[in-house]
Amino acid sequence: MSADLPRGHVPAAVPHATTASGRDRVTADLAHVAHTPGVPKPDAIVVADQVTRHFGGMTAVDVGHLEVQRGAITALIGPNGAGKTTLFNLLTGFDKPSTGTWSFEGRSLSGVSAARVARSGMVRTFQLTKALSRMTVIENMRLGATRQPGENLFTALVPPLWKAREQEITEQAEELLVRFKLDAKRDDYAGSLSGGQRKLLEMARALMSKPTMVMLDEPMAGVNPALTQSLLGHIQALREEGTTVLFVEHDMHMVRHISDWVVVMAEGKIVAEGPPEDVMADQAVIDAYLGAHHDTDLGDDALLDDGSIEQLEAEEQANQAAAAAAATTEEGPR
Amino acid sequence: MDWSRILVNVAGEIFAPTTAAYALAAIGLNVHFGLTGLLNMGQAGFMLLGAYGFAISTIAGWPLWAAVLVAIACAAAFGLLLGIPTLKLRGDYLAIVTIAAAEIVRLVGRSTALTELTGASSGLRGNSYKDTFQDASPFPDGTFALGPFEYSMNASNSWWVRIVGWAVVALACLLIWLLIRSPWGRVLKGIREDEDAVRSLGKNVYSYKMQALVLGGVIGAVAGIIYVLPRAVQPDSMGRPMTFFIWTILLLGGAATVFGPVLGSIIFWVSLMLIKSVMRAGVPESVMRTEQIEQFGWIIVGVTLMLLVIFRPQGILGDKKELAIDVR
Repeated sequence: MSADLPRGHVPAAVPHATTASGRDRVTADLAHVAHTPGVPKPDAIVVADQVTRHFGGMTAVDVGHLEVQRGAITALIGPNGAGKTTLFNLLTGFDKPSTGTWSFEGRSLSGVSAARVARSGMVRTFQLTKALSRMTVIENMRLGATRQPGENLFTALVPPLWKAREQEITEQAEELLVRFKLDAKRDDYAGSLSGGQRKLLEMARALMSKPTMVMLDEPMAGVNPALTQSLLGHIQALREEGTTVLFVEHDMHMVRHISDWVVVMAEGKIVAEGPPEDVMADQAVIDAYLGAHHDTDLGDDALLDDGSIEQLEAEEQANQAAAAAAATTEEGPR
Repeated sequence: MDWSRILVNVAGEIFAPTTAAYALAAIGLNVHFGLTGLLNMGQAGFMLLGAYGFAISTIAGWPLWAAVLVAIACAAAFGLLLGIPTLKLRGDYLAIVTIAAAEIVRLVGRSTALTELTGASSGLRGNSYKDTFQDASPFPDGTFALGPFEYSMNASNSWWVRIVGWAVVALACLLIWLLIRSPWGRVLKGIREDEDAVRSLGKNVYSYKMQALVLGGVIGAVAGIIYVLPRAVQPDSMGRPMTFFIWTILLLGGAATVFGPVLGSIIFWVSLMLIKSVMRAGVPESVMRTEQIEQFGWIIVGVTLMLLVIFRPQGILGDKKELAIDVR
């Protein structure tokens, strides 16, 4: 696992057990921030105001104010249909908002095309992985690089003008592939990779441009536990390098593990914000999303015991909130 | 049956100017479809525009180089015009728009309102625009025989057209060979696979698609010039069937390959000539008349296109592995 982290002096260790400077610094920065929706952050990299998106009569996103702390890992959670992915699409230029403005590193990004958002240093991945199947892994990686003069039609015809940069790009790509344990797949078509490997490839490809902020849309969906561990390590390594991470995720263990700050959305609005421990104890969040028994292992045989079922039922009746019941059934299949 | 005559005719197709013109048009379509995934169903429109641009400006007294530039400019403008509204939409829309636009070019060209300029449906006679090209030939006039192949040196269906046509095909192959290996070609391939992924990596997808559409269209226009040099500009001979021949050639040879379009064009014209010549010589009039044999040849083209798409979508030269991966 430690091979994923580029810090050679740290002895073999489980990544989530590391308490490196990045996390401490971010924790200290966020220590005095109030736990209320839309709260200002000491060093915000993304600031969004009054962002709304309507689909016909439905309001998918209605965010009054949102700030994302620089260098932190921020998790965006919420029930299905809460507007998380839509907000992602809006922030990265893949969708146009009905109203609203937002800025990235102080520059306004509202109305800016997706390609220019990416060039300004905010790179995203997709919920449904977009590996370029009929291209090799290394070609996928090279495509992620920036400042390749050979991507101009006329320069492309004169290889000496871009060969040097291509060499640099290839070296960078190979380094990243080693880090993401994809180096053995270098010359395979991306379409031949497994679902989890494609997730890794997509993330590695996004890092080729050395972004200041990465936006990961459900990075763990469909990834096996061992690979999840390694992805977690990569995301934490990003923070140690000073990259800001914003991610959407349903896996609460992962959210609790690695995020410094959690933003909860429901029905398009931000309903809660705060450090993971506090947010997950928040009654509004439990009602809207987590359900009263989010800490209970649904596969635990003890639950089949009559006593515990009666106890749960009693609790459930005591908890009359209809929202909680709805959230529980929704959480069930996951 | 005169086999030696048939064989000479068939072998002549290998390097005929028409074969070169179709190879070139397929190379242009390869930039669209093979490299970028653009469904251009109107490549014949680009060719016809190129042919008109070249012929009309030559008749107006312009020199050869200027006439060629006019043809290229026409195709570039046509590509821009088609691309501006459609390249932001999904791929299918480009297919609809290009097939319609190519028909518009043909119908406008053959309309009587433009008889002065385009000669309407009877077109422009070859002799009215061939002079500048033939004058550019360094060879003496007369005929020249190379083995069994005897053509005039400069006039009409000549050695000169063949030399220039295949030289241009070679240049186009070199261009594609360079581009397919370049980072520019890599971006196009990425767009072919998934536009949004490429967009998320900071590439201006719209601009790249436009460049590909215009470049492929310009190659198509040059193909149009070579196509009409040994004959006349006939709008009705450059309609939808021509586009589908080009598609058959591209898919036969192999999309996204450098030499696929050339090989496809040679095989296409050679086998068509072989089928038609053999049938004309061997099938009695009572079974199938000459014009029916002509039609039969085109039926075979249609069936070939279908079989190719179903059973060998990568064509002859295509990378089986590259296409074997189920994308969706």
